[in-house]
Amino acid sequence: MKHQKNKSLFKVEKSSDFAVMLPYTPSGGGAWNVSDMLRYSFKPQMGWLLFGLLGIWLFADTAIAQVQGDAEQTILQTLIKWTPLMFFGAPNEFGGFILNIAVSFIAMAMGTFMGLWLGIGQVSTNHWIKRISWAVTQLFRNSPWLVLLFYFMLLLPFTVKIGGVQYDIPGWLKATFALSLPIMANVSEILRGAIASIPTGQWESAESLAYSRTQTLWLIILPQCVKRMIPPWMNWYCILTMSTPLISILGVSDGMTLTQDALAAEGRSEFLIPMYLWLMSWFFIYSYPIAQWTQRLERRFAVNN
Amino acid sequence: MDAVWDWFLWLHQEHGIKLTIFYDEWDRGRFVKGIWTTIKLSFVCIVFSVVIGIAGAWLQMSPYKWVRRFVQAYIQFFRNTPPLIQLYFFYFAVDSVVSSLLGIRGGALDSFGWAVVSLSFFAGAFNVEIFRAGVEAVSKSTSEAAEALGFNRAQVYAYVTLPLAFRVCLPSLNNNLINLLKTTTVAYAIAAPETLYVANQIWSDEYNVPEMMNVVWFVYIVLVGILVWFMQRWERSIKVPGYGQ
Repeated sequence: MKHQKNKSLFKVEKSSDFAVMLPYTPSGGGAWNVSDMLRYSFKPQMGWLLFGLLGIWLFADTAIAQVQGDAEQTILQTLIKWTPLMFFGAPNEFGGFILNIAVSFIAMAMGTFMGLWLGIGQVSTNHWIKRISWAVTQLFRNSPWLVLLFYFMLLLPFTVKIGGVQYDIPGWLKATFALSLPIMANVSEILRGAIASIPTGQWESAESLAYSRTQTLWLIILPQCVKRMIPPWMNWYCILTMSTPLISILGVSDGMTLTQDALAAEGRSEFLIPMYLWLMSWFFIYSYPIAQWTQRLERRFAVNN
Repeated sequence: MDAVWDWFLWLHQEHGIKLTIFYDEWDRGRFVKGIWTTIKLSFVCIVFSVVIGIAGAWLQMSPYKWVRRFVQAYIQFFRNTPPLIQLYFFYFAVDSVVSSLLGIRGGALDSFGWAVVSLSFFAGAFNVEIFRAGVEAVSKSTSEAAEALGFNRAQVYAYVTLPLAFRVCLPSLNNNLINLLKTTTVAYAIAAPETLYVANQIWSDEYNVPEMMNVVWFVYIVLVGILVWFMQRWERSIKVPGYGQ
């Protein structure tokens, strides 16, 4: 992992009192790294700013409407009216914000499962398995999510025939599969980085105790990797959740699609900002505790050299 | 060049691989334009987001509590909400407010403009933190020495702290800019005519979805590859002597 390399790269000699550069303790993977950002500068009260803004707005709007005796619906009433649809989707249909969450769960599970095997493939002693795993990882790590979504939404079949019975594949399932691929690639990289960060001594001492390579990997190395992998893995979960609205572009009726439908039904431009803020705040409420938890775990799991 | 186009025409006629972007002049023109738009969009966003990052990191060291809080709120807002919703928020919501305030009919900016604004703010939020971590890696004695030589706060930042910080945070910056390049595809959603959008038009016209999908994928892999190559070269050329291997 780049991040770990940097840490050792810029380690300052302890003997010098006049170091030009102190150790760089950056936001590890660079972009999207929720927990690292929080570690450096998060003030809990700032997290509630979004609600503060929305709350002041709604209050002001309601107050003005009352003073003027408006017959039209206030923003607050409209938000309340549409919230069940935006959150749970249309009746008898799987959709809305809970679909975003479901997609993020399933994609994470699939991506993690595939990514772990791919990551183990990356440290294989077999030249070809190693090469191919590396190439697959790089391919999916470096392609835009939306391009992958289009690719698999349009190229996977609509129906499958298993044992003579035809099953429909719902759009959201295909989207979930597409989203799991970049997760797979990144989990693979996280695992490779974690394995690389285990001291060689562990391998050597296992060998001296007559463990085979497979045994060493499964019984000694991988269990130690789990702790190191959990914080970045949770980080990627946050990123994935933030990316789930992309599926609305491909016509899956997630929270984003339904919000736009609601806006179209209302047809009043002053609802645009509060409605989008309302939807954003759900994502914020959902991802913020996870980010905080990640930060705590990261601190607890920090390896002190 | 004509021989190449003819070869692709032959490929279509003989093997049914329909890459109209090579032998059809109209498709070729719009596809090249789409790639060019992606490059322009990425470049402008990279520049703006780096400027936001540098300015934000400077503001975060401000002695005024409210300035620091404002920057912090900006970062939190853009980090913890989905980029697609941000884009819609700017393109539909902010645009309608701004244009009604300024009395402009038909929108204050076009889709390309709002994509630039939205994606720059999005990537900028990450860059602020990246630069801030870099600034913190510059030891206090260095900036104090500069201060003793009569530099003021802005000068210390511009001439001493930032050049050193920049070198340390380049690897993180690389990652973020690569992500930015990949996120420009989201501009598809507001009909900015970038690669993915144009490809969509082409495959709707020509019914060659699988071919165009592969082409688009390939284009992005190449674009990301070029950016990585350039940034790594740059990283090597300006690294601080005595650090790293």
